Amino acid sequence: MTIQQTQQKIKENRFGITGKLIVVEGIDGSGKSTQIRLLEKWLRYRNIRVFLTEWNSSEAIKDVTARGKKKEKLTPTTFSLLHATDFADRYERNIFPLLRAGYIVLADRYIYTAYARDMVRGCSPLWVRKVYGYALKPDLVFYFRVPVDVAAERILSGRPKLKYYEAGMDLDISNDIYESYRIFQSRIIEQYEKMVKNENFVVIDGTYDIEQQQKLVREKFDEIVMKNKSDNNGQQKIEE
Amino acid sequence: MDNKKLKSDTTNKINYYGHGIPYFRNIEIKGKLIVIEGPDSSGRSTQISLLNSHLEANGHAVLNTGLKRSELISEGILDAKEHHLLRRRTMSLFYAADFADQLENKIIPALKAGYIILADRYIYTLMARDAVRRINQRWSHNLYGFAMKPGLVFYLDVEPRELLRRVFEKNMTLDYYESGEDLGLSDDLLESFLLYQQKIKQQFIRMQKSYGIIPIDGNRSIESINIDLQKKIDQFLSKDK
Repeated sequence: MTIQQTQQKIKENRFGITGKLIVVEGIDGSGKSTQIRLLEKWLRYRNIRVFLTEWNSSEAIKDVTARGKKKEKLTPTTFSLLHATDFADRYERNIFPLLRAGYIVLADRYIYTAYARDMVRGCSPLWVRKVYGYALKPDLVFYFRVPVDVAAERILSGRPKLKYYEAGMDLDISNDIYESYRIFQSRIIEQYEKMVKNENFVVIDGTYDIEQQQKLVREKFDEIVMKNKSDNNGQQKIEE
Repeated sequence: MDNKKLKSDTTNKINYYGHGIPYFRNIEIKGKLIVIEGPDSSGRSTQISLLNSHLEANGHAVLNTGLKRSELISEGILDAKEHHLLRRRTMSLFYAADFADQLENKIIPALKAGYIILADRYIYTLMARDAVRRINQRWSHNLYGFAMKPGLVFYLDVEPRELLRRVFEKNMTLDYYESGEDLGLSDDLLESFLLYQQKIKQQFIRMQKSYGIIPIDGNRSIESINIDLQKKIDQFLSKDK
């Protein structure tokens, strides 16, 4: 066990974490949201207590973020901090207590999205990591790997207009929004790829059929989560 | 005269507390940032308006800032506080975002233009609130690693009992957050206020050395506090010329 893993274990035991945290990561159009929703349905079908949480969805914060995005007034630091606020709200309100209560928490994007995006936007990578330093490490992270062209095609077929920040227009990469989008997303992919090994991502080829991908996801889920879950059964109690 | 003017135009790089703002690395500033910290009813705004007149009379361009005043985020904080119960870390990050917005869009541009900025509170109040709510101090310190170090930081130190007297004199009632009601320190709001203010005060004492905070005895009259502040600020500004 590495020091990090040991620290994580201590933290988990201290707070009586009996649930499991499963994360999907990948660029927009990588298919991760489709996959995590299928996983959620499958778990519900099996009567497993599950909670799905999405990036940038906190009721208390999202209006502010939306307004800032609309006005195109967010700097890399405020962009980062508003997403961190959104995350903290969901973490304190749902993720953390539900993990203590034994839920399977599914997160459509987690701290790695912030690591990748904020880094590309020019925030200090170490600073970002420490801002999210309180968050528990997931039990399983699926990374959906797709070439930028495939993702762009999926995004554009459903919605012809790209948004300012998702295209990284705030970075002044290019005046052409499509060109900017491609370069920005490619840089995010680079950051994800750097994390694959260190953060133990399970890589899923996002160009496979939806069914094929889901089969891999479910197999991995059972292998990692259900096995450990039965190990822990009844042994851990929630304690304050 | 010309010589003096030239010298006062010297620019400086921004000093940060931590990792800083990487994309502002090469920005040069001419102005000065002066911070007045202290609890509500400690006399901050009175002192700031007096200092403002004094500095302007001396020919300086002065700009005021404060917490929860950003265009982008302040309304959102008020709105969220009203409609949702925000947990401690969410609150902390929300305030950090509000502060960042003002730092980048207001404070730094004005410093570049040569303004003297009088800040009605800064990151120290935010860090003190976090610490009292048992948020890890190293985490808060890192969070505000993007904040620039001010030229001067004053803390108006007022005894909680004296604060209580002033709050009642002004509002006739105690504020929920300023009494630390969310912490459940006491069933008695008045007692909660005293305990909370004492805890905040202790945090300022703890931060004094590492952040270079100058304590000012705020139990005195407005005039004597002002003389004290003016003297220190004038010294600081002339030292730099």
